[in-house]
Parts: sequence; C-alpha cells; structure tokens
Amino acid sequence: MSAIVEARGWGWRHAGRRQWAVRGLDLRIEAGERVLLLGASGAGKSTLLTALAGLLRAPEAGDEEGELAVHGRPGLVLQDPASAIVMGRVGDEVAFGLENLGVPADEIWRRVRDALHDVGLSHPLGHPTRALSGGEQQRLAIAGALALRPDVWLLDEPTANLDPDGAELVRATLRRVLADRAATLVLVEHRVGPVLDLVDRVVVLRSGGGVLADGAPGELFARHGAELRRAGVWLPPGPGGAEPASRVSAARPPGEPVLAAEGVGFTYPGADRPALVAVDVTARAGEILAVRGANGSGKSTLALLLASLLEPSSGSVRFLAGGPDRPYARWRPRELVRHVGTVFQDPEHQFVASSVAAELAVGPRRVGLDAATVRARVEELLERLALTGLAAANPFTLSGGEKRRLSVATALATDPRLLVLDEPTFGQDARTWRELVALLADQRDHGRALVAVTHDEDLVAALADRQLTLAHGRALGEPRAAASPAVALSR
Amino acid sequence: MSAVAVPLGGSRLAAFNPAAKLAAAAAVLAGLLVTADLVTASIVLGAELVALPLAGIRARVLATRAWPLPLAAAGVAVANLLGSSAGAATIAGVSLRLLAIALPGILVFATTEPVDLADSLVQQLRVPARFAYGSLAAIGLLPLLAVDWATIRRARRARGIDAGHSPLAAMRLFASAVFALLVAAIRRATRLAAAMDSRGFDSRRPRTAARRQRFRAADAALVAVTVAVVATANGAALAAGTWHPLLG
Repeated sequence: MSAIVEARGWGWRHAGRRQWAVRGLDLRIEAGERVLLLGASGAGKSTLLTALAGLLRAPEAGDEEGELAVHGRPGLVLQDPASAIVMGRVGDEVAFGLENLGVPADEIWRRVRDALHDVGLSHPLGHPTRALSGGEQQRLAIAGALALRPDVWLLDEPTANLDPDGAELVRATLRRVLADRAATLVLVEHRVGPVLDLVDRVVVLRSGGGVLADGAPGELFARHGAELRRAGVWLPPGPGGAEPASRVSAARPPGEPVLAAEGVGFTYPGADRPALVAVDVTARAGEILAVRGANGSGKSTLALLLASLLEPSSGSVRFLAGGPDRPYARWRPRELVRHVGTVFQDPEHQFVASSVAAELAVGPRRVGLDAATVRARVEELLERLALTGLAAANPFTLSGGEKRRLSVATALATDPRLLVLDEPTFGQDARTWRELVALLADQRDHGRALVAVTHDEDLVAALADRQLTLAHGRALGEPRAAASPAVALSR
Repeated sequence: MSAVAVPLGGSRLAAFNPAAKLAAAAAVLAGLLVTADLVTASIVLGAELVALPLAGIRARVLATRAWPLPLAAAGVAVANLLGSSAGAATIAGVSLRLLAIALPGILVFATTEPVDLADSLVQQLRVPARFAYGSLAAIGLLPLLAVDWATIRRARRARGIDAGHSPLAAMRLFASAVFALLVAAIRRATRLAAAMDSRGFDSRRPRTAARRQRFRAADAALVAVTVAVVATANGAALAAGTWHPLLG
C-alpha cells in the first residue's frame, strides 16, 4: 500500500511568529485511511491541513523543517463557507476548479452536474450562491472539491459554522460522497461523536510538537481519555470518553425581571419579510435564558434588540432595573454600557484598543469611574480570566480562546445587570469551554441576568434555566424550563 | 453595492461583448481627452444620448446610477468660472466633456454582469486570470463586509463608545471601526484566497473557460461606430476652428 501522506520531523512556523505552529511531526497516512485529527487549540491542526493542501510554501509563508509529502490531489473544505465562495452562480462555482485544471469546456459542465447531484443540491446552475443557506453553501463547497476528483479529502471543521440541521445534512453528504470512493480522509472536527462513523483512525497532535496519540478510535479514547480531556480535546461520549458531566444548576431561584420584551418585531430596511414577529421574552436576574433556532430564525436579531443595538419596528423592549427614562433603544452608549454588556460572535468586531489592559479599561472609564478603581477593576479581570501575562499584548494577536475570554471580560468590566451573548462557545476547545461555562454560571449566581443565543446544545444542557426557540422569526411556544438534570453531556 | 454588482435589466447593451464595450468607452476617452472644445464634446454627448433609447436604457433607471454626473459637471464649470481665465465656450466644453467621457463608463458597468466582464477581460484582452477572478471573488465579499461593518458599529455602541458632539472623537471612532473592518476584510480575503488556491487556481496549467465570451461582428461594429463618431466630432471641431488641444 502506498502512503498518501508522509511527514518526517515536519515543522512549520508562520511568517512573523516566534512559536512553531507544528514541530517534529512524524506521520504516515495510507491511501484509503480515514483519519480524525484532534488536538487542543493551537496544536497545529489547521496548519497541518493547510500544508497538506499545498498552500504553505516556504519561505514566503513561513519557515519549514523536515519533510512533508502528499502523493495525490488534495480537496480542501474549510469551516466558513461564506468566505470560500468564488462565483455568483452555483454552476460557475463548481466549474471554477475544473477551469483551473484545464478541463475542456463540455466536460466541465458534465462534471458540474454530476458533482451537484452527488451532494444533493438540486438548484439550477444559475442560482445565486449568496442566496443559499449555510448548509447549502457548505455542500456547494464539497461539490466544488468533488468535481476535481481529489485523492485526499481535507476537511477543517466543516460543520463548525452551521446550525444543527445544516451540520447533519453536511455530515450525511460526506457519508454519501466518501462511501463508494477509495479516497483518503483527514478530518478536523470538534463535535467528535457524530463523525466517528466516518473515521477509522484518530491522530492527536500535541501542542508544542509531535503526536500525542495515534490509533483506532475506541481503543485510543479508552487509553488516553483522561490525558486528552486535560489537554482540552473534545471527546465523544462513551467508555473512556466524556464523563456524563453534571448540569451546573442555578444556586438560587431567579430574581426580579431585568428586561421585558413585549410583542417585539423587527424588519430590516429593504427586506420583504420581517426578521422577527411578536416575540415576548423576559430576562430575570440570576437566570440564564438560551435562545435557540436555525440560522435565519431571528435569534441574532432578537439578541440585538435585547441589547439595545436595534430599535424595534413593533412592540417594545423595556429595561426594568434602573437606567434613564428614555426608551431603551434610545439610550446613549455611555448609559447602555453601565447596565448591559454584549459579547459578539466574532470577538474581533468589538476590540477598540491596542492592548488588553486598555481594552478592559474602556468600559469602566466610559461610565466615569476614577483612575484607581479602573486600575483595580482591570487587575481583577485580568486575574479572573487568566489574561495577566497578556496585559500589554494587542488584542488582535491573541489566540481564539484568549480573544473570547477578553471579549467576555470587557462585557463584564462595567458590572452590568444584563449580559447578552451571541454564540459564546463558538470554536472553543474543551478546556476553554469548561472555563466559560464555569464563568457564566458564576455570573448567574452573582445575580446577573444572562441571555445566550446559541447552537451549542451542550451549553444549553449545562447552563440554561429557560429556553426560547425561534423559527422563521417567531417564538415556538413560551420560554420553557430547561431539561431535567439527569442528562448525560458529551464533555 | 448595486452600482457595482447589479446590472440594469433588459437593455440591449447587455448582449454585447464586455471587452467591446470597454474598448468603445476607451475610444471615447481617448478621442475626447485631446481637446476641450464645445463642438467635439457636444457631438459625442449628443450621439450618446441618442443611442440610449436605442440601447433600451430607460432615462429614469439611468438617473439612479448617473445622478452624481451632472453635479460633477456643474462643479467643474463653477471651479473654472471662478478660477481660470478660459472663455465660456471652453468651460462649457470641459463640463460636457466630463459627461461625455463618464457616461459610457457607467453604461459598461450598468449593463454587464461582473462574471461576464471578468471572462471577457481574460478571453479577449488577455488579462491575467489571477487578477480578473481574484477581483471578481473579492467583489463578492463586499456584502459580507457590509454586514461586518454594521456589527462593528453596533459593537462600539455596546462598548459605550460614541462620539458625542466632538468631531475629533467622531474621527477616532470612525478610524477604530475602519481598522476593525480592515482586519475583518483581511481575514475573509485570506480564507477566500486559500479556498481558491486549494482548487488549483495557482497551478501553472493553462486555464480553460467554462463560459465562452464571443466577439461577434456586432461587437466590432460597436467599436467601429464609436471610433467613427469620435473622429467625426474631432473633424467637425477642426473644420469649425474650435479644436484646440488642452495641454498643461
């Protein structure tokens, strides 16, 4: 059997960085193997996949040591389908790769139709790519790679940006596409449980270099489960895998309502349909409310309305725990930040300063605290969120987990009564996830009201006191109490 | 966004080869740039205005795209009236020339799908594919960046930051938002470039074309007629004695 991938002492350092992303990697993947690539955040999984796709070339992109050889054509599917779309029409998008390969025109269109059929997309060839849902866009990306007949599939968290339904459709597509082909697979995926049936081998990268574990899934998790868990690797449920973690319930019953939305609706300017229609929801002190729903259901719109970042087109949102007399949507930013903290899905959208310490000081300064108090508050937050060593670093240079902790810290800096979070656990490794859950539970027990918009079912199971589900802009029933405590989680 | 990406529907110009349309617009530019007189500019502009209904472009729809033009032309006229010693005819000529040059440019983009333009640039004008399709893909990212911009502005409100009444604070706020947008743009563009290169975009192999852009007799005729009109206009100006090159 010939090896499709051979790495001997391979290492890569991205240009301009001091740390090596991957070091001392020895790995051999045979043709036809299906590999699940795991590792804590920063272990170099994405770097390895990018290199396998042939996209990292020394010396422009960075420094390389050792050797890495890929004997076959790679097909890469990335995590964010919206940023991977090249063309405006479905057919043209799939044809793009075939044009690059020099395939003659009539054969191009035949292969385009076959690829779209294989991934189950029945849209006409002229259908606009931007009008597709996230799950459809990701399947289009798979079709685009499939048309090139790759020898080795490289999938970097293909379902991370998708809602649960979209993710399941993409997994089903992958099952179908990989079933009757001899292709090799290297898959990076956080939600390990649902993809175990796609793989026959697990390779765990060690942060700092080398391979932590390598073997068949069941045996590997049984033998290394505890070590992997400590390293922050997500584990599947089952023996040796994740322990049924306990739900972190509220220490006290909820307090008085902090925010009330009544019959609130919103239509984006120029849209033909409202994004949100007649939703009633209350946020109470000492309680975590989870807002769930498919992409496009209006959950982000609701979060913006509850955070006073949008003005309702109909209905009202009232803040009940202080604040100025004006309508909530008309509060000035300085007044708003005193009472409400918002955590955005992409932390980089909310960074405004050039150092972590300055970032934390922004909110407290805006509400008029004196210099000494501001300094003390910043110290406390740095400590609490394990960011002390990074006080002088530029926020944009932090790792994903550090950026997330910083964005949560900045929202807490002004001690707000209400915290609104948009996908707070997005893209986090298991260790940061656990820290975040502990932090949010702690905030709840200190009497804050929290509203979290999330796809993360484990987060909902661990923390949510009440859930509201939205579909097509409307609430499905009343916000209901969370599931019973006897639920086994996959952590 | 719509000025760049969404063509006016239903015009006959949409059927012409994009490279031919570009060549015609370039011919107008070249032919008018040499002289600033009223006769040349008005003949060419008159021909364009006559051609508009023939090409199936409705005046009202064009107005939504081209409205800055009359303002720009008026601005040029006023600036020259106040600042230069040129005569009225020359000033009028310069303003009309602005309109005559800009209008074809607007029409090219208003009647051409971006992907057809990219295809035609590569197939007819031998523009490197990497540049043409890279730019095309980048234009596709603009709606996403618009969403990022809205989020970035909202995030600043959520952080308690506003400019109040101070223009300096407003500038700083804007600059910080622009920086965040720049970072977001770089992140998206990097991912897009990886996606494109991973599908063979950077291979040294010659590319084939999935969509053929044909250069037909009608396209050649479009360019020829445009050149003829511009030449005639210059000729008429020469004959009338008003032709004078605008140098320096």
